[in-house]
Amino acid sequence: MTAGTVTPYQPDQQTGRDGFAQLLRAEWTKFRTVRGWVIGTVVAVLVMAGLGLFAAGASSSSCQSASGASGGPVRSGGACGEITPPVGPGGEPVTDSFYFVRQPLAGNGGITVRITSLTGLLPPSNPAAQGPIDTHPGLVPWAKAGILISGGSTPGSAYAAMMVTADHGVRLQDDYTSDIAGLPGAVSAASPRWLRLIRSGDTITGYDSADGTHWTLVGTVHLAGLPSTVQAGMFAASPAYQAITENFGGGESGMVAPSQDTAVFDDVSRSGAWPDGTWTGDYVDAAEGSGVGGYHQVSGRFMVTGSGDIAPVVPGQAGDIGTTVTQHLIGTFAGLIAVIVVATMFITAEYRRGLIRVTLTASPRRGRVLAAKAIVIGSVAFVAGLAAAAAAVIFSAQLAHARGSYVYPVPWPTELRMVVGTAALIAAAAVLAIALGSMLRRSAAAVTLVIVVIVLPYILGAASVLPVGAADWLLRITPAAAFAVQQAAPQYAQLTAIYSPNAGFYPLAPWAGFAVLCGYAALALGLAVVLLRRRDA
Amino acid sequence: MSQAVHAGQRGLSGAGRLDMAGLRDALHAEWTKLRTVAGPAWLLAGTIVATVAVSTAATAAVRCPSGTACPVDTTKLSLTGIQAGQAIVAVLAVLAISGEYSTGMIRITLAAMPRRSAVLAAKAVLLAGLVLAAGAIAAGGSVLAGRILLPGRGFTAARGFPLESLAAGPTLRAAAGSVLYLALIALLSLGIATLVRESAAAVGVVLGLLYLSPIILGVVTDPVWSHRLERYAPMSAGLTIQDTTGLRSLPISPWGGLGVLAAWAAAALLAGGLLLRWRDA
Repeated sequence: MTAGTVTPYQPDQQTGRDGFAQLLRAEWTKFRTVRGWVIGTVVAVLVMAGLGLFAAGASSSSCQSASGASGGPVRSGGACGEITPPVGPGGEPVTDSFYFVRQPLAGNGGITVRITSLTGLLPPSNPAAQGPIDTHPGLVPWAKAGILISGGSTPGSAYAAMMVTADHGVRLQDDYTSDIAGLPGAVSAASPRWLRLIRSGDTITGYDSADGTHWTLVGTVHLAGLPSTVQAGMFAASPAYQAITENFGGGESGMVAPSQDTAVFDDVSRSGAWPDGTWTGDYVDAAEGSGVGGYHQVSGRFMVTGSGDIAPVVPGQAGDIGTTVTQHLIGTFAGLIAVIVVATMFITAEYRRGLIRVTLTASPRRGRVLAAKAIVIGSVAFVAGLAAAAAAVIFSAQLAHARGSYVYPVPWPTELRMVVGTAALIAAAAVLAIALGSMLRRSAAAVTLVIVVIVLPYILGAASVLPVGAADWLLRITPAAAFAVQQAAPQYAQLTAIYSPNAGFYPLAPWAGFAVLCGYAALALGLAVVLLRRRDA
Repeated sequence: MSQAVHAGQRGLSGAGRLDMAGLRDALHAEWTKLRTVAGPAWLLAGTIVATVAVSTAATAAVRCPSGTACPVDTTKLSLTGIQAGQAIVAVLAVLAISGEYSTGMIRITLAAMPRRSAVLAAKAVLLAGLVLAAGAIAAGGSVLAGRILLPGRGFTAARGFPLESLAAGPTLRAAAGSVLYLALIALLSLGIATLVRESAAAVGVVLGLLYLSPIILGVVTDPVWSHRLERYAPMSAGLTIQDTTGLRSLPISPWGGLGVLAAWAAAALLAGGLLLRWRDA
């Protein structure tokens, strides 16, 4: 611990930037020569990766208890290894389950329809109630029907669709995740909606109109690699009805049951080459949804009934069977505690042993001493966190696959952000710990304070009785906001789901949440420098 | 003091008399140590403040809108702050022994009282007593806050949420059990700190042991493993003492859960005591 601090006194030695490099080297020497701190860092890496493996291993048997009620990737009767939702063009898991009245469109062309009504049936509000009428009329907010151009007939194909929805007006959606708003308002016989999709190469353009003469461009989307012959036609889909009760315990879903909707299309007109000339109706991926669907054609008027959804699948919902990369990073909490202990001792041990007086005599510019310490411990924490997070993510995914359990796929940039973000989170926590350790000078108090402000808000937010609103606030204003870097799936406005902390959804964007922790760390470090300058060591 | 002891213990054997006298002297010495530094008093006050503040905030954050069934254990909710207060109790207990190691005081203590187990026992008794007293205020204040706040948040007697009252059996059990929970956390922390000695590491181990179990429970979906964790992790098991609803579906009975925590505390104290005897100070 004392070795190496003497080098700045060599008079003939050129000291770069007023000796800051030497200061860094001195602090690094202190760190690496104390066996307990190195062991503590190694322990942090091991528990972090080990708990991730435990989480992956201890969650794999859950796929046997799947109940096929929700929009989650649940297939009734499937063995564990077979439960894999289709994957969309962006690499995310999707639901692609709807009723489709279609025919092939060769080359460029388009389709225009008028929709005069969208009605539906909801499941009984009380499933336990006995009675002849088990469903009642109504629509879920994102019940949707309209026209769709799809690149293929397999679930997960690229597509673009113009649709009317129950509560969200006209939308242009494509490739499961993108959603553009068109005309607002609900559709009815008095206020019908005209929809148009034009395909030109890989580009599909959507228009809407309230009168059939004045058309508005809603949006243009590009579907890469669209085949020359596509499937085009009319569709209807209705996501599962969710009775989300007041979300105590960070998110409880009540009943989840299938719903259905029926849309009336007329004035169907087509342009371009439609070689078949006749419509075919079928249910895309019937195994996924309720399988309710069909269509009637009476002289150019179509009634299409469907169920299911064309949307991304997000984890943490009712009937969820997979694990997420977020869950594989659960060991972050254990690693964090170990790193906080080491980082705090890195400064408090100097006070305990009186070494701080030697340190400050050797480099009287006190702010630089603390900066050097923060840089050294922050770098060590970052490297340890990076190794542990990468190991946890890689090995846990392998273990989960080996045990036949499903892991929600995430695009690689997201996975990289989660791993690097976790390492940065641990580094920022280490800096916060060294700043508070310098201010308080007492290791036990500093360690407890840092753990309580980072870990306890997460526990109270994600695993207690607090409602979602209060939990969201906790994870916005406390240093625990930084766990947002571990969010695996984005929140989709066009998908009704429980976006609560214990389902892995945070109120802040990943790096915004991390910035909250950085703000606390910077503030603490600034105060620590001021106090270190003013107080006697 | 020792005179009174000797007078009262005349009938005991020499060894027994020495034991009792030794323990009383140790208690007196430890009480003097705790009383004459500012830290413990501040930490006990902090325990009360943190517990009541977090309990009040949690209770104020929950609302039961009319027309919905609220599956909330209001007693447990009003005692949420125990989860924060236990961290300060852990600091207090860790410092009771680690503080002596960091200043070298432990060598004086053990030179003055060579019966090391008596030293640890005296620390345990005093800590438990102090934490019980502070915990009683903290738990009482939390229940009182719940009693005042909950009816205004929609949890009225008419909807099946009677006013929080210590006269009600389950509420009394939850509140008194929470006080015992804090005392057991103090003993567990003391045992771990005796094992680890270094205060930062000891606090890290204690808080890791406590706080990791609810976090991991949120992830583990394997029913076998989550059942094991709920039954045997110190915080999850110990806090079942706060449950007053859905008792049939609990993974472990309230008193059984507190018993699991007591077993953890006893094991930590025993291991700490043995190492204290065997190791050089």
